Amino acid sequence: MQTKTEIGFNSKVEGDVVHTRLDTAVNWFRKNSLWPMPMGLACCAIELMAAGASRFDIARFGAEVMRFSPRQSDVMIVAGTVTYKMATAVKRIYDQMAEPKWVIAMGACASTGGMYRSYSVLQGVDTILPVDVYVSGCPPRPEALLDALIKLQGKVAKEPFLALQKRVA
Amino acid sequence: MSALELAQQLKARFGDCISEPAEFRAEITVRLSEAERIAEVCQFAKKEMGIDYLVDITSIDNYGTDPRWTIIYHLYGYGHHCHLRLKTDVSEEKSELPTVTGVWRTADWHEREIYDMMGIQFRGHPDLRRILMWEGYPYYPLRKDFPLGGKPSAVPEIAFTQTAPEEGGPFVTIAGGKSSTAREPRVREPASDDVELNARVERRRDMKEVHGHSHGPGPVEKK
Repeated sequence: MQTKTEIGFNSKVEGDVVHTRLDTAVNWFRKNSLWPMPMGLACCAIELMAAGASRFDIARFGAEVMRFSPRQSDVMIVAGTVTYKMATAVKRIYDQMAEPKWVIAMGACASTGGMYRSYSVLQGVDTILPVDVYVSGCPPRPEALLDALIKLQGKVAKEPFLALQKRVA
Repeated sequence: MSALELAQQLKARFGDCISEPAEFRAEITVRLSEAERIAEVCQFAKKEMGIDYLVDITSIDNYGTDPRWTIIYHLYGYGHHCHLRLKTDVSEEKSELPTVTGVWRTADWHEREIYDMMGIQFRGHPDLRRILMWEGYPYYPLRKDFPLGGKPSAVPEIAFTQTAPEEGGPFVTIAGGKSSTAREPRVREPASDDVELNARVERRRDMKEVHGHSHGPGPVEKK
């Protein structure tokens, strides 16, 4: 008796056939293999590395493939202080990422400028990029980053994938 | 070979240009009265006194007093393990002194940083351009009259800045207030940064009356 609204599969009854909606399937593929583009700019990058290492293991969520190329990644994790000098480079790399793409602002500096209310620090990366999940902390624990990743997965799962596709008449 | 001996050697060579070595917590400081001779003094220090390592060059903005800039050279020698501090003053109208990149190559970036942050030019520098901020940034951020939050600016295609919000920030004290009540963050008026600037200028003046030096007691000069 299937009560899940996600992918329903009873191997005894259905064998190797899965009944689901296309939206759900595509979102399931996407959320379980979110390849990060680590924009590790400062100290938060160390916690990002820790999340990628064995103890906290971001690989459990399919995100161990830290592609430093924007063309091959899905989610940009802005980890660290974004200075005005660096802001144009971050925006350029975000523009080079292929759709669909998401952004996690990791840490206080990326979310709001953090403790640096100064002439050289961009007061939050959301002034130049559309952020999906903000993580607070200075730096956030790796578990907090994994929690953010799980929240992002929840957001990706709810995306109306078919509705967003362009229709050709 | 102690730092004091090095300072005295310097004084013997350059005479009145160099002040009496002052000592503070076992560190020796000498003042150079003519900033124009800095390259000559440093060349002598490297060749004859074995000071082969320039640890740092930094600058102070004495806002409210003249001369406005104090440039400080931290010198060290690997052979004799002695540190020496060399200070020199430059007035705001001039804002220029010779470079020491001919003596120590490392001075290149230190002087670029001083130029970027304070606006002090170094004559003869091989490549004097901004190092922390970008080309075209119109201000000198570490001057005392520049607000911490910054000012808006835009260099198309390169960078932009906006003022960072300091209003309502609960944890910012007023530097230079005479008492802890005056420094209390909740006293701060966000509309005017003049409050803070004038507080600092007044404090400097008071310190100078009491100690004869705008930064406090300062090093004790050895007779």
